[in-house]
Amino acid sequence: MSYVKGLFCRECGRKYPAEPINVCDFCFGPLEVIYDYDSISKVISRETISSGPMSIWRYHHLLPADHENAVDINAGMTPLIKSHNFAKSLGLENLYFKNDSVNPSFSFKDRVVAVACTKALEFGFDTLACASTGNLAGSVAAHAARAGMKSYVFIPADLEPGKVLGAAVYGPNIMAVDGSYDDVNRLCSEIADNYNWAFVNINMRPYYAEGSKTLGFEVAEQLGWKAPDNCIVPVASGALLTKIWKGLNEMASMGLIDPVKTKMFAAQAQGCAPVVTAFDANTFNVRPVKPATIAKSLAIGNPADGYYALRTIAESMGGAWAVAEDEVADGIKELAEKEGIFTEPAGGVVIGALKHLVETGQIDPSETTVAYITGNGYKTQEVVQDVVRPHLIKPTMASFEAAIKL
Amino acid sequence: MAKQRFRFTFPQQLITTPVIYELGIKFSVVTNVRRADVREDVGWVILEIEGSEEQIQSALEWVADLGVRVDNVSGDVLEG
Repeated sequence: MSYVKGLFCRECGRKYPAEPINVCDFCFGPLEVIYDYDSISKVISRETISSGPMSIWRYHHLLPADHENAVDINAGMTPLIKSHNFAKSLGLENLYFKNDSVNPSFSFKDRVVAVACTKALEFGFDTLACASTGNLAGSVAAHAARAGMKSYVFIPADLEPGKVLGAAVYGPNIMAVDGSYDDVNRLCSEIADNYNWAFVNINMRPYYAEGSKTLGFEVAEQLGWKAPDNCIVPVASGALLTKIWKGLNEMASMGLIDPVKTKMFAAQAQGCAPVVTAFDANTFNVRPVKPATIAKSLAIGNPADGYYALRTIAESMGGAWAVAEDEVADGIKELAEKEGIFTEPAGGVVIGALKHLVETGQIDPSETTVAYITGNGYKTQEVVQDVVRPHLIKPTMASFEAAIKL
Repeated sequence: MAKQRFRFTFPQQLITTPVIYELGIKFSVVTNVRRADVREDVGWVILEIEGSEEQIQSALEWVADLGVRVDNVSGDVLEG
């Protein structure tokens, strides 16, 4: 069972039944899930969570879908790795990397799609859909395959084939749209209005986004039932940052952890930084931009949750930083060389932001800091292709020994 | 007739121009503002436009040519 009571509008507060809708009819504001927290508080405990499955579904009380029928490819419970080398180089005592790049389809999207797919089956949909340039496509296709659903993935026609291989292998219908990113956005919104499909981040969005809370739940549990002091989160739509914060606060309100004093920090790349730009201008008004960044998984110029991300940053006394484009690949390499984690450009952005926040004294070295690594580097190898510089040797000891003396 | 929802973001130089009024007059579409935040330097409006597909398309092209950014009301759908 789930403990969903319905939906409410985050802008005007109007209530709606729990249906596959995402926008308030009255003010066009985004809808959010209402839970029966009184009932949840009577049944949830550290013990019920600890004895649950090693996946996001151990937190099922606080998720908006029925765990007994979960579409489960084992998303979640990814490693929280205490840093030694990176922490030492930055002078930090308690730095952790939440390595979400090792989810089943190699990104944090498995958390949100697992919830959206499960909810889509509950609503009776037979088709799962999304518009994506990579990670989301793979996760939707994988979950649809597991659920026995049809799937449609919309991509810009000029996207490199390698980018969608991780989705194509699961057998979705891939629709390559001959148009700009804006055209893809418009077309998919129109299709979502006209087809009775579960578009994970359109009509399923209120449920989908809730899956990101598990990145807050898990970190708190893995730290020994304690919220971190600082979270550094890559920002695309802004939903991930707001939901990690929501997850931590839900745990506190359920008595599972102490009251949350975590500072939330947003990391974007300079080529697409509408949230950081608004933060720097001291406004909650996000001005949409045209993305031009190598961090493709963060290339959302009109972030749906940008305003809410800014509110969360303000409420948590956190901050925001946009990393220079030429520092993104450096961040990827540094994380790989120091910690053995190979991330995509979004992770490089997080590393760049982490370094800046430490250098500018925004992070206290003794505090517990968690940097979220949300996608896998094997999907974007071209970004760091220059690391491949093998020593070419002849098959002789002399040649080998000459090479290692260089 | 179709009804479509959009977010218009206005640059500073258009803040004092009655763009939405002119849109209704020029293209015979019905505009219905649901939320807005307009300040001296920037403004956005979330509205519904009712008209034929052709009328709405022409109206959107006209506002975009003026320098108004037109977006999906719920943010970008295309994700990484």
